[in-house]
Amino acid sequence: MNNNRPLSPHLQVYKLPLTGIISITHRMTGVFLSLGLVFVIWMLQGIASGESAFLQIQSILHYPLVQLILWGFIYALFFHLCHGIRHLIWDAGYSFNRETMDKYAIFELLASVVLTATVFFVFF
Amino acid sequence: MSSYKSALARAQGLGSAKSGSHHWWMQRVTAAALVPLTFYIIKFLSLCVTASFAEVMGWLNAPVNSVMILFWMTLVLYHAALGLQVVFEDYVSTTALRIVLVWTVNLIFLFFTLTAFFAIFRIISAG
Repeated sequence: MNNNRPLSPHLQVYKLPLTGIISITHRMTGVFLSLGLVFVIWMLQGIASGESAFLQIQSILHYPLVQLILWGFIYALFFHLCHGIRHLIWDAGYSFNRETMDKYAIFELLASVVLTATVFFVFF
Repeated sequence: MSSYKSALARAQGLGSAKSGSHHWWMQRVTAAALVPLTFYIIKFLSLCVTASFAEVMGWLNAPVNSVMILFWMTLVLYHAALGLQVVFEDYVSTTALRIVLVWTVNLIFLFFTLTAFFAIFRIISAG
């Protein structure tokens, strides 16, 4: 048995390019956002149940840990949105050249931070 | 006596691609539609944190807002179910478990969709 056969890059030794890191983060934010939907439904049902249920939910939303999860959800939403748009651009057949890869990756990251900050200052 | 068939005709008989292209397409259609609807869910979340009960009820009772929230909920739950299906297909190699997981998520998300509609109906009838 020849042990010197070439192997495909293994995830533990292969340094992922920025777009690769963003790609797996896109999937992780997708799963995280899916779980977060349970809480959005919970808020809607709370409002439907009346004022006391709503006020209880609102006080829970002000807990520091819950605030962290909420802003994590909002950031994840914008991250997923920004990279999702890039996927749509790829699907249309554009932007596969190597030079623009990192440039778009950084643009996406900046856009998701700017959008989250805008929401923080305009809506909250 | 089937050797007269063309290569394409033989390949077309070798099991189907099931509903892959429909899945792929619906993932993109829901994604594109969800982009502008993000405004409504952000507005809803901000009201839940900062506004009074009366303000939240007033906002949700405006027809555009309640319809857009339901539109977002329906599309996002569909989009999420499609996405989680791909995650299960990539990481769960046991066929039976994979099928059970995919359909459990599909049914739970359908249940969530109905729950969201029911909540909005309750809010509108109360407000």
